[in-house]
Amino acid sequence: MKLMRIVALSFVLFMAAIMFTSSGSLPQIYDPYSAPAVHITDHYIEKAVEETGTANMVTAVLADYRGYDTLGEKPVIFTAGLAAVLLLRASRKPAVGSVKLARQKRG
Amino acid sequence: MNKGFGTVVLDTVFRFLIPFILLYGFYVLSTGGGFQAGALLAIAVILSRVVHGTEAAFNLSGNRALILAGIGTFIYGFIGVATLVWGGNFLEYGVFPFQMLSAEKHALGIMGIEVGVTLCVMATFIAIFDALVGKEEK
Repeated sequence: MKLMRIVALSFVLFMAAIMFTSSGSLPQIYDPYSAPAVHITDHYIEKAVEETGTANMVTAVLADYRGYDTLGEKPVIFTAGLAAVLLLRASRKPAVGSVKLARQKRG
Repeated sequence: MNKGFGTVVLDTVFRFLIPFILLYGFYVLSTGGGFQAGALLAIAVILSRVVHGTEAAFNLSGNRALILAGIGTFIYGFIGVATLVWGGNFLEYGVFPFQMLSAEKHALGIMGIEVGVTLCVMATFIAIFDALVGKEEK
């Protein structure tokens, strides 16, 4: 158990180190010559209606060009809602095997 | 909140309001706002629960809502896998074997996943409301 904690902590620190060392090479915010600003944005604005047949450009980007991202967003909503429902229901009745119920049975 | 607040005034306003909320929800869905349309449709059901209580005809229980949310999540992934079956990339709508323009196939695929998003968001809202008012069996 203690070993697992040390492993988890070192993994988190390792990921943090990767993030801090690599964040310097990200493009500057509002950089007009960064990769997305040079050609991808223009392509979306010019071709979105023609390629996807959707009048709404935001929908075309969300559901077609970046569909993979929205696919990940859905389970996030579902899991968050499921967790909220389970917590709200669990707060209403004591769970089987919980400390409170065991204490009640003991008298 | 198992009884509802159903006075005559509330009931009449509810009857006038609900078609407009549903129509606006489906309009938002048709323009491609799945999340917003889900919130609007959930409002219609929640309003009916608030006004009419648990005996409302326009109702959805918490467990069914959770199942529906799972189905909505499944539809999105199913359309992604269906494009794989016809030999395209994941979520590449252009490979559907229909006699249509490529842009129309894309519009159809986007519509399909928006329906899935709408179902998931709507059912999640209703399930959370249902858990909040504590209707489920003891």
